[in-house]
Order: sequence, then C-alpha cells, then structure tokens
Amino acid sequence: MEPETRPAAALPPDQDLVERLRCRDEAAFALLVDSWSRGMSRLARSFVATNESAAEVVQDTWLAVIKGLDAFEGRSSLKTWVFRILVNTAKRRGVREGRIVPMSSLAPTEEDYGPTVDPSRFLEAGHPWAGHWREFPPLWPSPEQAALSGEVHAEVAAAVAALPDRQRIVITLRDVEGYSSEEVREILDVSAANQRVLLHRARAQVRARLEAYFVAVDAERVGGEAVS
Amino acid sequence: MSELKCEEFVELVTDFLDGALDSDTERRFVDHLAGCDGCDRYLDQMRETTRTLGSLPPETLSDEARDSLLSAFRDWKR
Repeated sequence: MEPETRPAAALPPDQDLVERLRCRDEAAFALLVDSWSRGMSRLARSFVATNESAAEVVQDTWLAVIKGLDAFEGRSSLKTWVFRILVNTAKRRGVREGRIVPMSSLAPTEEDYGPTVDPSRFLEAGHPWAGHWREFPPLWPSPEQAALSGEVHAEVAAAVAALPDRQRIVITLRDVEGYSSEEVREILDVSAANQRVLLHRARAQVRARLEAYFVAVDAERVGGEAVS
Repeated sequence: MSELKCEEFVELVTDFLDGALDSDTERRFVDHLAGCDGCDRYLDQMRETTRTLGSLPPETLSDEARDSLLSAFRDWKR
C-alpha cells in the first residue's frame, strides 16, 4: 500500500474551505496556495513557453480565483474549478506566446496509436511463439534502491518533458498530480477513453526510458567491477 | 476465445489499471498474466513508473509570488 502523501489529503472539505475563503480567512487561502500551486505550475508549463510564464499563469489564476470565489457554485470540486481556471488562463497565455495547445489537439492523433513497445522485442511471425517476448524485460532494482536516486526522478522528469503536449498534459494530471479520469475529463474535456490512449503511450515511453536508464546503470556497475 | 499474446497484453495495461476492460478481455488479460513472467514484470514496471511519476519532487512557488498573492487576498477583503 502506498502512503497517501499528497498535501491535498490534509485539506478540510470543500464546503469548509469555501466558507472560510468567503469569510476572507487568509490562513485558508495560504493553505490552498501552498497545497496546489506546485501542481498548477507543472500543468501550466505544458501550455506556455517558459517557467517564468508558468509562474505568472499560476499567479493570474489565483487572482482570478479570488475574484470569482463568490460565484463558485460547487458543481465541481474546488480544486477542479481552480485547475479549470488555470487551464483557460494558460491557454490564453500560450496563444499570446504562439505556443497554443488547442483543445482539439488534446484528442489522440494517428501517432498515438500503434505499438507502444518496440515490436522487435517480440518474436516474429512464423515463430511458434510469435508475438511473445523474445527476452523478458530486464529486471529493475527494487523500488527502495531506485528511490534513493535523484537521478531516477531526473530521468522521469526528462522523459515527461520530451512527450508530445497532449500526452504530457494528460500524464501530468493523471500520474504526477493523481487526478481521476473523471476529474481530468472535467478539466480538459477529454473523454476517459481518449485519456487512456494518451496516458498509455506516455507511460510506456517513460517506462522505456527508465528501463534504458537501469540497463545503463547496471552495465556501468558491471563494467566498473570488471575493471577493478 | 484465443489466448492473448504478449504484444497484445502490453497494449492493454492502462485499460486494465483503469478497470476499463470488458469482462472477457479482462479474463484473458488475467489468464495471460498468470502464465507469463515477462508480462507480469511489464505490468509491475508500468505500475512502478506511475508510482515514480507520483513521487516527483514538487516545484515550489517563490516566496515573492506567495507574498504577493497573500497581499492580493488581503486587498480583496476591503
């Protein structure tokens, strides 16, 4: 079982939060800013050109949240509402910067289909075991060992950064920020089925990058031992 | 109902984790999983990948940005 470490878990229920914000409770506002801004800048970064722009999008979003709070009707969760404002703000900003990710491009395209694992990893047609692993995927170090390495995080972050926009946005929301497919549908207006297409391809690429990294580390270690 | 091949299995992993497979396909998926160490490992590594994604260290808001937001909130009070 994974421990629940997301700061959002410690937040009071929406109703209390909204009530406190409407009573101009600054501590409640600070709590939200501290809990959500990081995820927000990560998502904003998918729509705009620079980290500075992303920081401004987060800033503008919170200002819009303050202004709009009295009009919040509670039809979605507070966090979903805030993230929707963020996406709209980020998209407007992206347009200005000529880096638009239009909503239509969030739907999977042809290149999001097809094999997500290199077909040469499987036995060729005609072989009695055609379509089965030629060799099993190499073993990874245990999560405990891997977690010790900041390099693993750097690899994963780089793999995510290299993904096409629509895959990066979906994997950021689903896997990095931990949103459900229903919440992502509300935020991005992408169906659960389309999310899965994008998410699957994105995950497979991040996995492949981790595999290459672990294989390289292993080769280095073995090579090092052979030399010494 | 034919048995899944590994190359088919790997494409169903996210649907499986989302609980989005129809019951027939899910049964074939699980049957294959039970008999294939390579795919068992692949599924594990996909889970491990999502776990690692979920543990990426946060990007922090600068102190200045935070202060200016809190002061905007205070101004809104008046």
